[in-house]
Amino acid sequence: MALPKYTETRYRIWHYSYLVICGFVFFFLIAPLFVIFPLSFNAEEFLVFSDGMKRLDPEAFSLRWYHDMVYGTKNPWGLAAKNSFIIALFATIGSVILGTVAALGLSSRHMPFKGIIMATLISPMIVPLIISGVAIFFFIAKIGLAATHLGIIIAHIVLGTPFVVITVTATLSGFDHSVTRAASSLGSDPVNTFMKITLPLILPGVISGALFAFVTSFDEVVVVLFLAGLDNTTIPIQMWTGLREQLSPTILAVATCLIVLSTLILVTAELLRRRSERIRGINR
Amino acid sequence: MSSETQKILTTDGIPLEVSLKKAEKKNKIKAFLLVAPLLFFIVITYIFPIGEMFTRSIDDRMVTNMLPKTFKAMETWDGKELPSEEVFAAFLSDFRLLAEKKEHGKLGQRLNKEKNGFNTILKKLWRKMKNFEEGNAKEQIMEIHKRFRDVKYWQAIKRTAPPYSMAKYLKGMDMYYDEDGKIVQVEEDRRIHRILWLRTLEVAFFVTIFCFLMGYPIAHLLATLPMKYSNLLMICVLLPFWTSLLVRTASWMILLQQQGIVNDFFVWIGLVGDDNRPEMMYNKTGTYVAMTQILLPFMVLPLYSVMKTISPSLMRAGKSLGGTPFVAFWKVYFPLTIPGIGAGCLLVFILAIGYYITPALVGGASGTLISNQIAYHMKATLDWSFASAMGLMLLSGVLVVYWIYNKLVGIDNIKLG
Repeated sequence: MALPKYTETRYRIWHYSYLVICGFVFFFLIAPLFVIFPLSFNAEEFLVFSDGMKRLDPEAFSLRWYHDMVYGTKNPWGLAAKNSFIIALFATIGSVILGTVAALGLSSRHMPFKGIIMATLISPMIVPLIISGVAIFFFIAKIGLAATHLGIIIAHIVLGTPFVVITVTATLSGFDHSVTRAASSLGSDPVNTFMKITLPLILPGVISGALFAFVTSFDEVVVVLFLAGLDNTTIPIQMWTGLREQLSPTILAVATCLIVLSTLILVTAELLRRRSERIRGINR
Repeated sequence: MSSETQKILTTDGIPLEVSLKKAEKKNKIKAFLLVAPLLFFIVITYIFPIGEMFTRSIDDRMVTNMLPKTFKAMETWDGKELPSEEVFAAFLSDFRLLAEKKEHGKLGQRLNKEKNGFNTILKKLWRKMKNFEEGNAKEQIMEIHKRFRDVKYWQAIKRTAPPYSMAKYLKGMDMYYDEDGKIVQVEEDRRIHRILWLRTLEVAFFVTIFCFLMGYPIAHLLATLPMKYSNLLMICVLLPFWTSLLVRTASWMILLQQQGIVNDFFVWIGLVGDDNRPEMMYNKTGTYVAMTQILLPFMVLPLYSVMKTISPSLMRAGKSLGGTPFVAFWKVYFPLTIPGIGAGCLLVFILAIGYYITPALVGGASGTLISNQIAYHMKATLDWSFASAMGLMLLSGVLVVYWIYNKLVGIDNIKLG
């Protein structure tokens, strides 16, 4: 981004102010996440930096909120974390299976009514969440699965499949179909061809779709708020309740854990994206 | 001539054309069968329930089911003068059945909404009808209260006959049917829904603008920097993108509180006095700031993926042909990014217009949006038909935005980073 030597002063000024503006925006994006981190080690009960923390006094830092998160009395986080992981896991499995199979059909050039079917399949992603929440709630309540894990899992499969469909169709768009024909001509049956040839090749797309589905479910609160009973509380629900009632530092400890989790997911997603681009030969 | 040429046959003796068509059809069915499970699942769990929201929102069968005989008898009534003996008798018999089931109170409340004063006279009817003699229902009912002699009350009953009503939609727009069945607006100081609709539009619009103004420069920087720097900066966009919405909202609640870091900073640079810290949360400012930061990645990612495909030599060509950097940018680069701008703005606008969690937490009373109202009616008042009506009004607004977008840019250009 170095400027050529002959650049006029006014463009030079403009260029540097542009960089400063960008710097501010990046700061605006990322800085809020880093506020949570130090405050979660606060020894006191307040959500502001204490004087001790500003002096970097080791006395002012403690792990008590992490201790509270894990061992606290009447602590909801253990159950919430268990529920969140179970629900997100099954919702991801369901979304990936349904979404991948559908994406295989959608990317066939023989597919009839492709436009309208695609629009239907990704509609849960493009309709505002509150409306999806109301609609799915009516369905789940009607079949009597309100306040059950299964009901929430079904709801999250609905919300998660569009991401899988989109990422897998995108991967399949660069897919060379002659390899599957070669497999068939060598006597492989379709299931075998899929497992041995197609799936390994589209795996990056499938996994990144799975990550989207997992995060969608793990972070989803609107639909769960309508559906969950006391036994199905999830991490987002607990955070929502906590943030509404009283901002306790325990929430910040949980939030820090969630940021670590999202960092892991980000790294995985990035590695997959690069691998996928390399396979498809779009290495720029 | 071509018809005379011999048709090409496959080895089985079937014309090639027919055989190919058959194969084509088989492939179509195969492809469709792969899509079928998900399509079926989405239609059952999602598309039908949205349809159900519609029937629920216009459903007004309560009175229809309560007074079946009355409405049957009213079919021949012209609605101008008092109805005939037949109608009165049917009404009395319907009402007796309701009284046995102890549902007459519900009818009174519902009809009272249609015409004031109904509840009282129905209660009176309920008390007096035990002493009624057989036959001559019209005279006996009219004896009870002068309102039964007023044709307007009978017209009100007739208005509730249709099994559906648009009343919930009117309520969502701060209007209602008055006693004569005309559509009127509620008093000026009670038009809460209209304020919410306008505020939702305003917030969605400005958040989209802010996201665009902040997202465009950084997407451009990310797309033009060498890979090793841009990958590092990309983390600043992707980490918030993958982080839980509630975590990000929580961090804004900490930052924006009165003793929070932003206020500390303002005091420190002397912008405000320590005793005069501005309220930045639980109002619209909080909603704007938090929503802009949360939705910004959805603007940057589509912009970036479009900008990445624009060759830098185009800008150089523009400059070498005599354009200043600004002209080259405006005439060459900017038009090429329009698909990205469209996709980003659409995504952010749609997400913002249905936002619920962040406004509910940092918005306070003046920052709540229409989705908060929908959630309130779903969870607190349990007026599900009204929530459905407002949800569908919001949905139709969103569909209009999609339609415009599709006309302008094309819906296929949406990408996920």
